[in-house]
Amino acid sequence: MLDSLLSLGGLVLLRDSVEWEGRSLLKALVKKSALWLVYHDFFRDPLNWSKTEEALPGGPLGALRAICKRTDPGPVTIALDSLSWLLLHLPCTTLCQALHAVSHQDSCPGDSSPVGKVSVLGLLHEELHGPGPVGALSSLAQTEVTLGGTKGQASAHILCRRPRQRPTDQTQWFSILPDFSLDLQEGPSVESQPCSDPHIPPVDPTTHLTFNLHLSKKEREARDSLILPFQFSSEKQQALLRPRPGQATSHIFYEPDAYDDLDQEDPDDDLDI
Amino acid sequence: MFVELNNLLNTTPDRAEQGKLTLLCDAKTDGSFLVHHFLSFYLKGMGRIDAGVNLTVARERGQLVFLEGLKSAVDVFFQTQEEPHPLQFLREANAGNLKPLFEFVREALKPVDGGEARWTYPVLLVDDLSVLLSLGVGAVAVLDFIHYCRATVCWELKGNMVILVHDSGDVEDEENDILLNGVSHQSHLILRAEGLATGFCRDVHGQLRILWRRPSQPTAQRDQSLTYQYKIQDKSVSFFAKGMSPAVL
Repeated sequence: MLDSLLSLGGLVLLRDSVEWEGRSLLKALVKKSALWLVYHDFFRDPLNWSKTEEALPGGPLGALRAICKRTDPGPVTIALDSLSWLLLHLPCTTLCQALHAVSHQDSCPGDSSPVGKVSVLGLLHEELHGPGPVGALSSLAQTEVTLGGTKGQASAHILCRRPRQRPTDQTQWFSILPDFSLDLQEGPSVESQPCSDPHIPPVDPTTHLTFNLHLSKKEREARDSLILPFQFSSEKQQALLRPRPGQATSHIFYEPDAYDDLDQEDPDDDLDI
Repeated sequence: MFVELNNLLNTTPDRAEQGKLTLLCDAKTDGSFLVHHFLSFYLKGMGRIDAGVNLTVARERGQLVFLEGLKSAVDVFFQTQEEPHPLQFLREANAGNLKPLFEFVREALKPVDGGEARWTYPVLLVDDLSVLLSLGVGAVAVLDFIHYCRATVCWELKGNMVILVHDSGDVEDEENDILLNGVSHQSHLILRAEGLATGFCRDVHGQLRILWRRPSQPTAQRDQSLTYQYKIQDKSVSFFAKGMSPAVL
């Protein structure tokens, strides 16, 4: 399902964290869906500090709004790296309104020229924002992909909301190849166990001790064959059930001393049990 | 430069990757030993430094450009200057942005006309970024400054950046959290030095967590993150797996 995310249209929110980065997945999804790529470079000078003529008016938000006015009938995918940057520099409401306007272009009533399906793929760094803005963007999104993973293997938890249908969710394990192709996997691979570091050899802690922790072969055998005193084995059970023949009944030998008061009367005589 | 740390990071001065941003973070401990490591690591990588690393010599040769924040801050108040001072924001009531500081950095990294190149690639070392927050600059303005530095140093000049940010651990310090997380998301490598949760110890000074931020590869030849404990000695730092300090065994 990960490779067909963008076919549904609307806002696709890609939520990553410091531990599991999402930029490579963003690039892989763009590579998968793009037939013709238009790149707006706001990386070098997003705030127009260089005051050059070639800067687009209105900055990144202006560029986003300009896409709203397009008349191209084909489907289009807009990838934003990142929504977090926009959210830190713009009011949340402004951004949400712009995203709503862009991603709902195809459902505008009364439009003479039908516009193709629009997908907006936005990268959001979760730790940078409070629950309010993240919740607002989440409610706008048709699809949410949350990145996570275990033992060096990345996973994407995909939550899909379709109108008038129950939301569906699934987890997809994946990896990104060096050429940014998406490689889907069944689960965390067995080989991706944390491998021992080749630089630091495994240290045997019993080597430099002043006391001996090792066992000889004979000692090891004796230890393995030892039955623990409180372990209830079948031999013990048999011994308890059948007392050995010739076992004398036990006697108690008691020698009273001068201070003992031997009262033959039973103190519990008056109890009616 | 700590050779053991180079081994953990699988790198040497002469074959270090370029265009990378490394974040150094310390929590409940002093992470300046990591700054010293990278300073001597990159000066060694510049070559032409024969015995050890001499900062004064490097400065004279123009290989090391040093902005003394404290001295420079005093200059802002007591000297009149025509062009904007790098620390101009100290004089402004609402510190808007760090554009003058970025311009200072860009000027310092420009190749000097004539003469041989000062370095194969430039390295910007920031010690430490949290100071800008305590001087009243907003977290977003500091992040914008780092973004512009990264665009110039890492992308345009194919150099590297090393930034130290303190993690105060204060739950209420939202600005520092935004700064730390924002720079984390821009980093390729994060080294986090933490004091031990149980307190001070003579033989184990802290724990170092190394996180590589790179796409998850199908066959993970290297781990994504490693954790080691360390002890700082006179001229070196020794690293060992958790619980494996030689003093404890």
